[in-house]
Amino acid sequence: MTLKRRDALTGLLLVVPALVIILGITLQPILTTFYLSFFDASLSKIKANIFIGLENYIKLLSDPVFWITIQRTLYFTIVSVGLELLLGLGIAQLIQSKPPGWKFLRVSLIIPWAVPTIVNGTMWRWIYNADYGAMNALLTQLGLITHYQPWLTKPFVAMNLVILADIWHSMPFIALILQAALATLPPDLDEAAAVDGANAWQRFTKIRLPLLRSAILVALVIRTVEAFRVFDIIYVITAGGPAYGTVTISYLTYLETFSFGHIGRGAALSFLISAFTLAMAIVYIRFLYRPEERAL
Amino acid sequence: MRRPLNRFLLFLVTIPVLLFIYLPVFYLVLSSISTRSEILSVPIHWIPQNPTLKNYIDILTPGTATSEVARTFKVTLRNSLFVATSVTVISLVVGSLAAYALSRIRMPARQTLLMGIMGTRMIPEVSLVIPLYILAARFGMLNKPPVLILTYLSFALPFAIWLMAAFFETIPVELEDAALIDGCSRIRTLFSIILPISSPGLVSTALFIFLSAWDEFFFALIFTSTVAAKTVPVAIAEFTGRYVVDVGGMMTGGVLAAIPPVILSLIFSRYIVSGLTAGAVKG
Repeated sequence: MTLKRRDALTGLLLVVPALVIILGITLQPILTTFYLSFFDASLSKIKANIFIGLENYIKLLSDPVFWITIQRTLYFTIVSVGLELLLGLGIAQLIQSKPPGWKFLRVSLIIPWAVPTIVNGTMWRWIYNADYGAMNALLTQLGLITHYQPWLTKPFVAMNLVILADIWHSMPFIALILQAALATLPPDLDEAAAVDGANAWQRFTKIRLPLLRSAILVALVIRTVEAFRVFDIIYVITAGGPAYGTVTISYLTYLETFSFGHIGRGAALSFLISAFTLAMAIVYIRFLYRPEERAL
Repeated sequence: MRRPLNRFLLFLVTIPVLLFIYLPVFYLVLSSISTRSEILSVPIHWIPQNPTLKNYIDILTPGTATSEVARTFKVTLRNSLFVATSVTVISLVVGSLAAYALSRIRMPARQTLLMGIMGTRMIPEVSLVIPLYILAARFGMLNKPPVLILTYLSFALPFAIWLMAAFFETIPVELEDAALIDGCSRIRTLFSIILPISSPGLVSTALFIFLSAWDEFFFALIFTSTVAAKTVPVAIAEFTGRYVVDVGGMMTGGVLAAIPPVILSLIFSRYIVSGLTAGAVKG
């Protein structure tokens, strides 16, 4: 056996354990899910699945509830990720300008990011509480409202409040990534531009922003994929309510599968989510995975 | 270098940011040390007048009078710790072996494997859960910690491979070439040269995986319904669920659940930033 082949064999042996686990707990289930999506399967009669072809998909795609849910999920995704990116970029730049206390600010960002999602949701749910919550108390004391409001009883308001809670938790992640990227930019670039008469805004938009392109893209894609399948925070803050007003696509899948027991339908839904996120993954890999860069 | 006025204005901007970060946290902590009547008082008592550790005592040394969720909370903390630690150890060991091979050894289908593994990170938990549930039920694994460890590997292991591969890339090839030429085997080179140098990478990967396993909710919600395997996030969600809302207990549970990840992240904050840079920015 040549040295090269022995090396390849060692490599294979090192990869096999990981591969077996990944195939067993991701590939096998996802293929089964795909298979189940062609059946009229339910939790109650799991043994007697009936093959119905594309009917689950056809029913879903012709159901207005599905499209409203998609719209709602996109609203959540675009608004929360968009605001997180803007705020994160601003805060990253703020830290990079090194005002007094910038180190404290940077460390502080870690806290909301490290707080578990469920704790974050529980905390905000209580903040939004209609009768005793801090938001009502604060807004009343500031004179912005005269009476305590039942915030989570209005679908649109509830959705935006879930977004606020999500921003608190996830914006720091974007700020930390972007700040780390900003810190790697050579400072003389900025100074040279300043000498040439570029003002702070021009230096930011014309020099730093283009150089941050790949960092922004990574942050965006990771967060978009995460936000599109948001579940935990909605489960805790609104449980999909009021009147299904905050049901997102993952939540709908959860309800279909585990509350209504429609396994086949749930499988079709979850497969549609996978298809979307895999499409995102391809974009992700195409934009970010550059072997020639890694070889440096 | 910078004009003092500018610095002062920038400082002013940091204040609302810090308020946004800390106000909810203070509220959470202050609620946890408030009595029930103070939590439910209108107008609000921002600072509790009679701070108490009763909620903590109830959870940590439960008596017969405490609610069921509070009584079992300590057990769920232990479950979470056990599951998150096991997932971290398994992912680190299995993941760094695979990452090393995929980033350094020339072999067939290397690129495809690496991309496939990265691709699995995009699969939502919800599309794995039904078949996994059916399997777990068949093998009698529901309500047992191993089912969580195994299912958590579905996101932890690809993540570990991805991050460790990114860290291995930063190690100069010459280093191991020298060892290989001296007659060291691949495995020995990995253990005596590569892994020791990549300890910062190992620390930051361990941290990220521990945090995400500690945070995981969906699988835990589906696969556990008894205290034998229930994790902290499920326990906290139950404070608001089918029981009468015990706000003090809920907030205290929240604080206790947040302490391990927050303290770990603050201690290892340097590694978080390097992990974000290696894993995300460098890609």
